Amino acid sequence: MSNWIEIVALADIPKLGSRVIKTDTMDIAVFRNAHDQVFAVKDACPHKGGPLSQGIVHGTSVTCPLHNWKIDLTTGEALGPDEGCTNVFATKVENGKVFLALKAGEVAA
Amino acid sequence: MKEKLVVVGNGMAGMRAVEELLKLDADKYEITVFGSEPHPNYNRIMLSQVLAGEKTIDDIILNSREWYAENGINLVTGDEVTAIDRVARKVVTASGVEAGYDRLLLATGSMPFIIPVPGHDKEGVIGFRDIADVDAMLAAAKSHKKAVVIGGGLLGLEAANGLMKQGMDVTVVHLLDSLMERQLDKPASAMLKASLEARGMTFLMEAQTSEILGDDRVSGVKFKDGSQIDADLVVMAVGIRPNMALAQSAGLHCERGVVVNDTMQTYDPKIYAVGECVQHRGNCYGLVAPLFEQAKVVANHLVEMGIARYEGSVTSTKLKVTGIDLFSAGEFNEAEGDETLVLQDPAQGVYKKLVIRDNQVKGAVLYGDTMDGTWYFTLLREGTDISAFRNSILFGQHDLGDAGHGDSSASVMALPDSAEICGCNGVCKGDIVNAITTKGLFTLAEVQAHTKASSSCGSCTGLVEAILASTVGEGYDQAPSKKGICACTEHSHDDVIAAIRDQGLKSQEAVRKALDWKTEDGCASCRPALNYYLLARWPGEYQDDAQSRFINERAHGNIQKDGTYSVVPRMFGGLCTPNELRAIADVCDKYEVPEMKVTGGQRIDLFGVKKEDLPHMWADLNAAGMVSGHAYGKALRTVKTCAGKTWCRFGTQNSTGLGVKLEELTWGSWMPHKFKMAVSGCPRNCAEATIKDFGVVCVDSGYELHVGGNGGIKVRVTDLLTKVETEEEVLEFSGAFIQLYREDAHYLERTAPWVERVGLNHIKTQILDDADNRKALYERFKVSQKYAQIDPWKARAEGGEAHEFTPVVISA
Ligand code: SRM
Ligand SMILES: Cc1cc2nc3c(=O)[nH]c(=O)nc-3n(C[C@H](O)[C@H](O)[C@H](O)COP(=O)(O)OP(=O)(O)OC[C@H]3O[C@@H](n4cnc5c(N)ncnc54)[C@H](O)[C@@H]3O)c2cc1C
Ligand code: SF4
Ligand code: FES
Repeated sequence: MSNWIEIVALADIPKLGSRVIKTDTMDIAVFRNAHDQVFAVKDACPHKGGPLSQGIVHGTSVTCPLHNWKIDLTTGEALGPDEGCTNVFATKVENGKVFLALKAGEVAA
Repeated sequence: MKEKLVVVGNGMAGMRAVEELLKLDADKYEITVFGSEPHPNYNRIMLSQVLAGEKTIDDIILNSREWYAENGINLVTGDEVTAIDRVARKVVTASGVEAGYDRLLLATGSMPFIIPVPGHDKEGVIGFRDIADVDAMLAAAKSHKKAVVIGGGLLGLEAANGLMKQGMDVTVVHLLDSLMERQLDKPASAMLKASLEARGMTFLMEAQTSEILGDDRVSGVKFKDGSQIDADLVVMAVGIRPNMALAQSAGLHCERGVVVNDTMQTYDPKIYAVGECVQHRGNCYGLVAPLFEQAKVVANHLVEMGIARYEGSVTSTKLKVTGIDLFSAGEFNEAEGDETLVLQDPAQGVYKKLVIRDNQVKGAVLYGDTMDGTWYFTLLREGTDISAFRNSILFGQHDLGDAGHGDSSASVMALPDSAEICGCNGVCKGDIVNAITTKGLFTLAEVQAHTKASSSCGSCTGLVEAILASTVGEGYDQAPSKKGICACTEHSHDDVIAAIRDQGLKSQEAVRKALDWKTEDGCASCRPALNYYLLARWPGEYQDDAQSRFINERAHGNIQKDGTYSVVPRMFGGLCTPNELRAIADVCDKYEVPEMKVTGGQRIDLFGVKKEDLPHMWADLNAAGMVSGHAYGKALRTVKTCAGKTWCRFGTQNSTGLGVKLEELTWGSWMPHKFKMAVSGCPRNCAEATIKDFGVVCVDSGYELHVGGNGGIKVRVTDLLTKVETEEEVLEFSGAFIQLYREDAHYLERTAPWVERVGLNHIKTQILDDADNRKALYERFKVSQKYAQIDPWKARAEGGEAHEFTPVVISA
């Protein structure tokens, strides 16, 4: 069962930027794009674990800061025929607040 | 009396051997050449372009009939040599012509392999080898619609592409499940197939031909599984067989080809052989580069110099289908225990793979971006140990290091003189530059004529043009091919710089709109460039966009491979005080810095700092009077100095003090790329000023100003700009030079390639000859510094951009 957890105000994520959410088990990168869509993926690039939160956001993807892989934020998949995928989490924005759907096990170790 | 040389085979290898021979000794032999084709020697490689309608037969003639006449060569065309009489030392042709020889050179090439299925001899079934085949294909395209090409290798795909261009419906039939399997791995092969399909080619994979159908003329092809397709033309491109029938009938030892030793001699010491007909150390070659090497060797022995040996070749391949960039070399399919490095950028259609064994490149496949093919090929052949740059090797030679963007002209500049540019003819960059400068060449055609570079398969033409452009500078009149900044736009860096300036564009959105960007918010390549151009053009007005900066510049530290950061406080001119050192020691204790190191830039690097700790650490360093060293930025980095007149017995001026002044003037300034300075107190040059972007060497009578140096990947020594007499002038000239670079250069272009691209003269005209212009540049620099000299650390220590450094914590 997932439950919605309020994380930050939308205004606290810069447009085309990100915030890092630390849970007990992993870091999650939450991105905001030019149209105020919000995406959340595990903050680890499928290539070598680079911190995706530190990359440059464009369209609905992010370019990893370490070796420039492009990751589709809607699916968590590396763009193209290459295998590689990072976990995606559901998000929603209500009244200017950003919520993240997490399963209990994903928060606590 | 001259000795007699007879050459059988008027093709690429045979005639190259004759050319090499004439270069060494034009008078040694009376030469007779026999060719079974009715044409003089032509560039067989270009038949693909002729078929595609991109070239005519006239364009591809290599040696005209006049050339043979001028060189006293007796040319017999359209007549096949049918027998060699080794005892009487003569050859005989089909029409009965006889010619005696002292030395015989066989260069009979190879024949297309025609699969001996029933019906293979019907009209309309051909190979792809010579002008006659191309004529047959062009004729078929006029009156027929359906073509089937059997064989999805290099030749088959080039044939299919050409036929498609001639308006035929083309189906490529391939026995295996991936195209060009001898040159490509599966992902590259899949990308190639997809882009050929997008152009309208049809593929039948894993299909084995069992019969050619039809009465007199072909009407279809039948496969082993019983299925069949219609066809008005069938091109068999499944492989070639060395043409050794003549040699065999003369009793020469042949296996898969005519067997030769390292001097290209057959088992008969009077008879040599070169080209595709030979077998050397067990290998037969099907590309021109090895044949041209063989031609050099055989010429050497024919003139009895006797020193050259042919020891075999490593080959690389490119596909000549316009619009598809593909490169392959070596063992590109990894064996057990090998490592592979892969880069995929599907958005830009780029795939690169390197196979690494024992820290050496063993194979490479490049698709979409083949710019660095020559570099990888050089590394492969020379067995270079790549461990020092393996992390960035896939980004190409130009970008060993931080951001990983590349620019083609700059990577040509970065190539060493020994880099092979033209694989076919074995021409290195140094040879081309040399020919251009010593012979005063200006056009591609002249370079082709003088060096042979780019005169065979043509795939290095872009590289040769780039070398020409950078060597000749402004004299090169054909505008160097303009390349878009990235896949988001067709506009080049220069277009963008000009549009921002001339149309007064003041935001990224305005630029993207005015220049028809294809993406809404750009990408990781163009956004940082636009941000820089706008910032440099409109200081104070344009609001810097943090989200358009690479993470290092956004977080004001260098990201490390484990996601931590490094911190480098500025030490003006390399000077420091006990208090500063104490503050550095204290923050290292307080934040448990795992490692500190004295850098090559005369200051101290603290490694492994957690991102959350950065603002606190900066606050502590600020308190001790230290500011950011911008060790992470496309910005002013360091000003190195030496001891100078204050202490050193040779010092002529106060180099340390001048270095501090320079750094105080310039710190904080954003640049197209990083920018480093140095001041040395005398020509012993202990601060290494002559490999800096701007270097000052003090002498008794004043200061020598040097520009455009680089100590990195490709060392470039500075050019002397001028000599001045006062420190004030040094400051003015440095500010003006920096501003010119800031306004003029392409993003991610350091001063060394920039100076080479625009030419030192351009810089001298702007800065030396026109004092008003220099002063205006200097003023503009000072204005922009008003907005740039804000310590980013202080701003963030005080809470700026806090979201960047503060994670949100959720805990159960
Ligand atoms: C720390 C330091 C090495 C050291 O311990 O001495 C260093 C460290 C790095 N250098 Fe350097 N360079 C350092 C002095 C140099 C020097 C020597 C100098 O400045 O006198 C050079 C050659 C001189 C020159 O630039 O002309 C140098 C030529 C490079 C290059 C090649 C640049 C080129 O144009 O060829 C790169 C790659 C790049 O910029 O693309 C590079 C890139 C890097 C990066 C940023 C690699 C990266 O992308 O992460 C390294 C960051 C390490 C880190 O995480 O902090 N570093 N680097 C030096 C910092 C100096 C400083 O105080 O700021
Ligand atoms: C369409 C096409 C595209 C190609 N593309 C590339 C490429 O991109 N890169 C690359 O490196 N290579 C390419 N090649 C291969 C390259 O053309 C050959 O490697 C090269 O031409 C071989 O040279 P050669 O002199 O050994 O043979 P040839 O050039 O074939 O010359 C042999 C000549 O000898 C004549 N001959 C044969 N027997 C006799 C006889 N008994 N008497 C008189 N004359 C005789 C033949 O008619 C022929 O004219 C391509 C080939 C083709 C067909
Ligand atoms: S510090 Fe410089 S030379 Fe050393 S590994 Fe990093 S980039 Fe290479
Ligand atoms: S870790 Fe993301 S691209 Fe390498």
